[in-house]
Amino acid sequence: MAEPVISVSGLGKQYWLRHGTRSDTLRDSIVGAVRNLGARLTGRAVHTGEEEFWALRDVTFEVQRGDVVGIIGRNGAGKSTLLKILSRITEPTTGEVRLRGRVASLLEVGTGFHPELSGRENIFLNGAILGMSRAEIRAKFDEIVAFAEVERFLDMQVKHYSSGMYVRLAFAVAAHLEPEILIVDEVLAVGDAAFQKKCLGKMGEVARNSGRTVLFVSHNTSALQAICRTGLWLQQGRLVQSGPINECLAAYLGAGTGAAVFASGAKDRPRITSATLDRAALAAGFLRITVGFSSPFPLNRPVVGVILHNKFGQPLSGSNGRMLGEKWRPPPMTEGAITAEIKPLPLHSDTYRASVFLGDAAQDYDEKRDALEFDFISPVFFPETPPIDVIGQCNLPWQWSVEAPAPLKK
Amino acid sequence: MSAGAEIPELVIAPGRASRNYWRDLWRYRELLGFLAWRDIKVRYKQTVLGASWALLQPAVTLVVFTFIFGRLAKMPAGGLDQRYYPLLVMTGLLPWQLFANALSNASSSLVSNTHLISKVYFPRLVVPLSSLGVAAVDFLFVAVLTAGMFAWYAYLPGWQVVFLPLFFLLALLAALGGGLWLTALTVRYRDFRFIVPFLLQVGLFLTPVGFSASNVPNWRGLFALNPMVGVIDGFRWCLLGGEYELHVSSLLTGILMTLLLLTSGLWYFRRTERTFADII
Repeated sequence: MAEPVISVSGLGKQYWLRHGTRSDTLRDSIVGAVRNLGARLTGRAVHTGEEEFWALRDVTFEVQRGDVVGIIGRNGAGKSTLLKILSRITEPTTGEVRLRGRVASLLEVGTGFHPELSGRENIFLNGAILGMSRAEIRAKFDEIVAFAEVERFLDMQVKHYSSGMYVRLAFAVAAHLEPEILIVDEVLAVGDAAFQKKCLGKMGEVARNSGRTVLFVSHNTSALQAICRTGLWLQQGRLVQSGPINECLAAYLGAGTGAAVFASGAKDRPRITSATLDRAALAAGFLRITVGFSSPFPLNRPVVGVILHNKFGQPLSGSNGRMLGEKWRPPPMTEGAITAEIKPLPLHSDTYRASVFLGDAAQDYDEKRDALEFDFISPVFFPETPPIDVIGQCNLPWQWSVEAPAPLKK
Repeated sequence: MSAGAEIPELVIAPGRASRNYWRDLWRYRELLGFLAWRDIKVRYKQTVLGASWALLQPAVTLVVFTFIFGRLAKMPAGGLDQRYYPLLVMTGLLPWQLFANALSNASSSLVSNTHLISKVYFPRLVVPLSSLGVAAVDFLFVAVLTAGMFAWYAYLPGWQVVFLPLFFLLALLAALGGGLWLTALTVRYRDFRFIVPFLLQVGLFLTPVGFSASNVPNWRGLFALNPMVGVIDGFRWCLLGGEYELHVSSLLTGILMTLLLLTSGLWYFRRTERTFADII
């Protein structure tokens, strides 16, 4: 393969965390300088109340031309810092980046939009800020307007736009950038579902058809799955894994806290001691949750309940042994574990939570709300799947059939 | 799309100032134009008086200064007939307004474009440079007012008027030099937001706006360290013609000071530029 488009070696970015008061006024700075001088003269150590913090540390990777790379990691893992360094907004502390191609970055939708200016004026302004030439913007103007669906409001001040229109216009300008390397940070989190889908489609198209290189940060696992080929997984500023996107996603999602242990709690009554999610099972597409418990007295027909919630906390489905009636006949126990399973898990890719309960034949004793939180990636993924805000999280086993009329006679 | 050979490899590493900085700045000249255009366009939006605001302040200052320096203090009009005192004040106000607007716009430019600086790359010098646009447009308004006054007094400038653009440029460069220092300092120390208006207020009295520099003969050398002294002298020489003599040594000192301010301002700006996004 040819030379990589992006090569990053030993990249690090250090920040100073300030404790207590910010020393951003002139007075603090002068006082600080005097104190430093005094300390140096007297040979005492300088205590500035600052602590070093590495937002990115020793990151090395290469990206080939035409790759679409998804960057994954939890909040604060260094994803945004990496993008800021690659787009030359901030400077690294260590290491080196080599870029072979014109870079455009989209770290925010609508950077530089001015509310007092009209839509038309903002297209030119925003285009120029993103690095397009006037001629380029003029050539793409109609396309941008059509994509944003704001033809009728072009000469209206942007401050009178609805937030949806605003976002559409802003993304439309960005979507028509034509750099060799495009850097995109979590911009799909805005806008309505239908427009998000349109943007995703556009990004996928850009990457597939023009051989451009795209670096894409998102928490939307299904979007990453749909448009990225390779992944970079960052954790606490370090690169943990790189490779095919599905492997990275699986590793990243598998690394979360799959188990919750509850050590505290009154020992004199039945209680939940642990809740464990089987990560391997989840990666294979089914749910298996094991709840451990202990009790000071034997539980008559112990019962465990599990309720699944979506990321907003709304319950999706729940079950417990008591619901089975006479079919649920475990022996009396003082401690043990009960496992619940759904196979396959009929949900779409998203973030979910599970609450667990403990009881016996007669009553509930303990509950752990949101004991587990996990990202589920559905093993069956169709690029045409609409966003879950539209179709909901449940992927019920729909059956389709056709009753075609008799073939037409010629 | 262009082939790889056309695009030079870009290396990002700590402490490595982009070697293509000045070429980059040239490449971003359209952005410079757009930002200036945005500021001009937005400046008087949603005001009732609109662009008249550009005239109101100098007009009021003109009346006050003419009254205080011309009538009360009875200061000589620098070789001119005393009835032309308003013209003397106006020809001082014209470049002073330009300088004061340019300096305060440039000083606040980085902080008021925080959202751009933390989200997009471009040579940061574009921001203070583009902020000069508004000051230049306001200058044109005041220049029209000045022209009106000259017509009213039936006073015709001499051939020297062709040098006016040079002094215009000198005022702008002096403002830019100071602006570069102040805007880069404001990024770290917001104190300078309070210092700038104060500086300009004091400056108005340390600059011969309401009177002629020839009124301070003993201090002229020291006075000339203020680069606006030379600029205002120049403006008066251009506009008031032969009646007003040009003090060459003041002018040379002023030019030297402007160059010093500009080069040191550029140096400081370029040195701190790399950290703007981290601390703004």
